[in-house]
Amino acid sequence: MDVWSSLMDGFATALTPMNFLYAMIGVILGTAVGVLPGLGPAMTVALLLPVTYALEPTSAFIMFAGIYYGGMYGGSTTSILLNTPGESSSVVTAIEGNKMAKAGRAAQALATAAIGSFVAGTIGTALLAVCAPIVVKFAVSLGAPSYFAIMMLALLAVTAVLGSSRLRGFASLGLGLAIGLVGMDSVTGQRRLTFGQPLLADGLDIVVVAVAIFAVGEALWVAAHLRRTPLHAIPVGQPWMGRSDWKRSWKPWLRGTAFGFPFGALPAGGAEIPTFLSYVTEKRLSKHPEEFGKGAIEGVAGPEAANNAAAAGTLTPMLALGLPTNATAAVMLAAFTSYGIQPGPQLFESQGPLVWALIASLFIGNLLLLIINLPLAPLWAKLLQLPRPYLYAGILFFATLGAYSVNLQAFDLVILLILGALGFMMRRFGLPVLPLILGVILGPRIEGQLRKTLQLSAGDPAGLLGEPIAVGIYVIIAVILLWPFAFKLIRRNTPVAAPAGGAAALAREADDAVHSNHDAVYSDHKEQP
Amino acid sequence: MTVVVGYVPTPEGEAALTQAITEARKNNSTLVLINSSKGEAAVDTRFAPEGGVQDIERRLAGEGMQYVIKRPVRGHDAASEVLDAAEEHKADLIVIGLRRRTPVGKLIMGSTSQRILLEADCPVLAVKAG
Repeated sequence: MDVWSSLMDGFATALTPMNFLYAMIGVILGTAVGVLPGLGPAMTVALLLPVTYALEPTSAFIMFAGIYYGGMYGGSTTSILLNTPGESSSVVTAIEGNKMAKAGRAAQALATAAIGSFVAGTIGTALLAVCAPIVVKFAVSLGAPSYFAIMMLALLAVTAVLGSSRLRGFASLGLGLAIGLVGMDSVTGQRRLTFGQPLLADGLDIVVVAVAIFAVGEALWVAAHLRRTPLHAIPVGQPWMGRSDWKRSWKPWLRGTAFGFPFGALPAGGAEIPTFLSYVTEKRLSKHPEEFGKGAIEGVAGPEAANNAAAAGTLTPMLALGLPTNATAAVMLAAFTSYGIQPGPQLFESQGPLVWALIASLFIGNLLLLIINLPLAPLWAKLLQLPRPYLYAGILFFATLGAYSVNLQAFDLVILLILGALGFMMRRFGLPVLPLILGVILGPRIEGQLRKTLQLSAGDPAGLLGEPIAVGIYVIIAVILLWPFAFKLIRRNTPVAAPAGGAAALAREADDAVHSNHDAVYSDHKEQP
Repeated sequence: MTVVVGYVPTPEGEAALTQAITEARKNNSTLVLINSSKGEAAVDTRFAPEGGVQDIERRLAGEGMQYVIKRPVRGHDAASEVLDAAEEHKADLIVIGLRRRTPVGKLIMGSTSQRILLEADCPVLAVKAG
C-alpha cells in the first residue's frame, strides 16, 4: 500500500465518532496543561498511561497525540501573556511575544502563534507521513550493532547537547539507566538491584516511574514553592491579524518549519535549538530589525512554527525507529510497550492501521487546535487563575490512583513515593528529567541490542563495529563528546578570530537570547521571600 | 489615628479607597492600604499590578497624607490580612468595598467582608461601588 491510501484509511479510522471524541479530549487537555506553567504534555500522558488498560490502542494514541500537539499550542499562550514559558520550547516565543502583548498587540501575537503552529504542524505532519516510511525502509536493513549505536547516539546526544550542564545530564542519565536495570536479567535470569525484594524481580513498571518523576516530583516541588507573587496576565480579546501582519508572518512560518522538522527528526534534536535558530534568522532577515526586542511579529511567528514542526519531526524517529527524543515521545513509547506493541521499524508493518490512524489524527488534531485556540484564547488565559493547591491535589490523587491501578499492589505506592522524592531532588538540584526518563525506557532496549550483538559475535566486542553504519555513528558520537574540548582548544589558539564566521556569531546571538530570557523561565521556579 | 483600607483593583476597591482617603483626611490619620493575594494561582486579578500601585502611591502622596502600602503574599486570605493589619496598626477604622454576591456564590466562596465585619475590633465602614 502506498502512503496516500494508507493515510486515507487512517483518516477513516480517526474520524469515527469515538476516535474523534478522544482527539477532542486530547487537544483540550493538551492545551490546558500547556497553558499552565509547570504542567506539560509528558506529565499528562504519564498520568493517563493507566487509562490504556481500558482503552483501545488506537483511541489512546489519538488522545496522546492530541495532548502532545495541544501542549505546544498552549505553551505559547502563557509565554505571550505572562512572559512565563509553559514549555522550554516556547522560551523564545516569550522574548518578542510578551513585548508585543505589552505594546497592546497580544491579539496579533496569539494569532500568529496559533496560525503559524497550524501551518507548521500540518506541513510537519505531512513530512512525517512521507519521511517515516522511507526511514523504515532504510531501518529494516539495519542489524543489532547499528541499532545499538543509534540508540547510544540518541541517549548521549540528548544528554550532552541539550540542557545547560553535561555533568547533570549524565548524572540524570545514570540514574535512569540504574532504574531501568532493576529486575530479572532477560538472558541469564539473574536478579539485579532487587535488594532481595521479590516484588522488584519484574522490574519497575514504567507507568509508576513516569508518574512518580513527572507528576509526584513536580507536585512536591510546587508544594515547596507554593506561594509566589502572582503575575499579571495581559488582557486579551479575540486574536486576529491585519493584512500587514499576514504579510510579515507567512515567510517566518515557512522558514520556522524548515528549521523545526529536521531538528525534531534528528535523534538529538529537541524543539529548543530550532526555535533559537529561527529567532536569530528572522532577526537578520527582517525588514524591521529595529522592532526586534520591542515586539516584532516575525520573532513570534518563526519560533512558534519551528517548535510545532519539531514536534512533528520528533514523531518520525519515534514511530519509524522506536527512538524517542523528548519526554512526551518517551512516555508515548512506554504506552506502546504497555500494550505489548513492539516499537521499532517493524511498527509500520505490524501495526500499520494504528500508526496511520495516529498520523491522520495529527492532521485532525491540528485543525481542532486552531479552531479551539483562536476564538477561545481569553478563556484559556483564565485557567491561570486556578489555585495551585487544588490543581496539584488533583494531580497527586490521580498519580496515586494510576500507580496503584497498574498492579493493584501497595508496594508500587512506596516506589511511587521514593521516585517522587527523587524527582523533587532532581528539580531542586537542577538535574534535567529527560535523560532519566530516556534512560529508563531506552536502557533495557539498548541492553537487549548489545546482548544480541555480543551473542552473535560470540562475545567479541569487535562485533559492535560489524556494520558500516554503526562505525559512522560512533564517529558522530565521538565528535559530539569531544566537540566542546576541541572548541575550547581552537578558541585558545585563535583568540582574535571573533568575526570568523556567520555561524559562530549566530550561535552567540542565540546564546544571548537564551540567557536574557533564562530569568523568565527560572523565575517560575524561584522561591519568593 | 489610623485607617486601614482593604483594596482590590475593582470598582468596589476604588470606592473603598476614595472613601478611606476622605476619612483619613478628616482627622489626619495614617492610611494603611492592604492589597493581598494568597499567591496560590499563577495569575490573581485581585492583586494590583505594579503600575496600579504606583498610581495609588502618587495619588496618596499628592493628597499630602501619611500612608503605608502593604502587599502581603503569605497564603492568608484577604480577610485575615486586613484584620492583622488593623490589629498591628491599632486601626480606628477599617474601610472595605462590598460587591454583590448571590446566596449560592456566598455559600461556595464565603465572604471576606462578612468576616471582617464580624471579627474586627474597630468600626468597619463598608462602601458600595458607584
